[in-house]
Amino acid sequence: MKLKTSVVVSHAVLLGGAAIMLMPFVWMFFTAIKAPSEIFEASIWPWPRTWYGFAHFQEVLKSAPMGLFMWNGLVVCTGILIVQVLVAIPAAYALAKLPFKGSESLFMGILVALSVPIQVTALPLYMGLSLAGWLNSYFAQMVPFFLSMFAIFLLRQHFKTFPDEIIHAARIDGMTEWEIMWRLVVPSARPALAAFAVFSVVAHWNDLYWPMIVITTTELAPPPLGMLLFANAESGANYGALMAGATLITMPMVIAFLFARKQFIQGITMTGFR
Amino acid sequence: MKSNQNDAEFRLAWIGMGLAAPAGFLLAILYVLPLLCLLLLSLTDYELGATTLRWLGTENFQRAWQDPVFIRSLKNTLVYMSIVIPGGVLLSLLVALLIHQRVRSRSFYEVIYFLPVTSTMIAMATVWQFLLHPKLGFINAALKAVGLGETAFITDPSWVIPSLALIGLWQMIGFNMIIYLAGLSQIPQEIYEAAEVDGVHAGWERFIHITWPMLTPTTLFVVVTTCISAFKVFDTVLALTQGKSQSEVVLYAIYLEGFQYFKMGYAAALTLIFLALIFAASSIQLLKMDKKAHYA
Repeated sequence: MKLKTSVVVSHAVLLGGAAIMLMPFVWMFFTAIKAPSEIFEASIWPWPRTWYGFAHFQEVLKSAPMGLFMWNGLVVCTGILIVQVLVAIPAAYALAKLPFKGSESLFMGILVALSVPIQVTALPLYMGLSLAGWLNSYFAQMVPFFLSMFAIFLLRQHFKTFPDEIIHAARIDGMTEWEIMWRLVVPSARPALAAFAVFSVVAHWNDLYWPMIVITTTELAPPPLGMLLFANAESGANYGALMAGATLITMPMVIAFLFARKQFIQGITMTGFR
Repeated sequence: MKSNQNDAEFRLAWIGMGLAAPAGFLLAILYVLPLLCLLLLSLTDYELGATTLRWLGTENFQRAWQDPVFIRSLKNTLVYMSIVIPGGVLLSLLVALLIHQRVRSRSFYEVIYFLPVTSTMIAMATVWQFLLHPKLGFINAALKAVGLGETAFITDPSWVIPSLALIGLWQMIGFNMIIYLAGLSQIPQEIYEAAEVDGVHAGWERFIHITWPMLTPTTLFVVVTTCISAFKVFDTVLALTQGKSQSEVVLYAIYLEGFQYFKMGYAAALTLIFLALIFAASSIQLLKMDKKAHYA
């Protein structure tokens, strides 16, 4: 009987907390499908009394190119991920398995740079891109993230555990280092690569600071910047439309998270970065 | 034979260098060079587009300590941390302890508590702005329903930082919870069994004597990531206040100086102070490494 009460109490606490965690999502969605007159009543019940339909969503889509923002986000995230992986895999393999002069100082450099966030290098990088006339481009949005210290660090750890005997045997069989890397070593680190991919895409899909600095045209804005531009344009208290916009912006990540819960939790928490 | 082996090693070293070269090149142009530029800029009065440049020495840094906005942003960050660090540790630990005991409902709770971590902060900050609205927001409506007065969470300077901190907490609890769950699953069951033999029965005793000390490295890790995320607060300030009601935070002050006023020299100095803060927070983690904890 004692056990029963403790279970009930723990569920009660967890459900109470869960209600708070979900509250902003619930209000966002129900406000988006509520008539403006009902929004102004400021009731404590989130759900609408009368069906208002998707008029707020139509309003958003008319005034802001949400589809284009998503496309921009997709292009930028994919571009970043591809270059990150193509740079990190050879570097991690070299650091793990091919001792060369300077490999230790390179690794030290990578460890130090691991804790230097984009907000630090943003100023000089912005000046450089501005001088070169490359602001307002996909390239400007992607370039600071081409080198992922974390990917190199993570893959190096994984590659190190790959047995040296297999690599030696492959060399004797006449496989080149390039083939050994791609056909033997990389496939063994597939789970780490998948977790890293989730981490990278989530981080850059949600990033606002850097795009806000280098992008000034609506046509190139990724979703967070698009949301900001839209919110600034809706200067009044048109909360129905704002919540519809917020719903559209958050939806892709929420849906992806619900479908790949394990990979998301693993990918984001293994890094220790938010 | 010997020379053959040397040849092979020599060849592999060259291949290694070649494979690492792109990363080395990017490290140089994306980190080393920018950091050097930052250091030089911080010693000058350079403004974007200016044709002249004056060497200031450490004047920018001295100025920072007398800059009311920057000092306020540091104070705000401290207040923010004083809420977010204890809250982020205790609430996440509580949730993790409760979820850890659940079997069938575990993934259900994990999904809900982790949802804010993945969602786009600027969009959710807009939602929070609506929820905290003095007239239309749910939170003030709920406070009124229980007989409490209306609070200007966003425009009242004494409420704005606690409000931002609560939003920060809302977003980070799920992350910390997962870290604590991983920590909990690594505590060997035998320790609890041994303690049982020694007469430790009550739940809170087990917690004080076993769980909490065993989780020390986890807690250090949580404190470090929470500190760093506190220094990096930006999106919520931008969406909710734009620095109004004396709500500037460090990153927002840097953003204004660098990218709104284009005072590159001064912004570079502030950025270096910001970097020093991040490094100071990260060094807490070195304590953890000494204790040989293993977290990825």
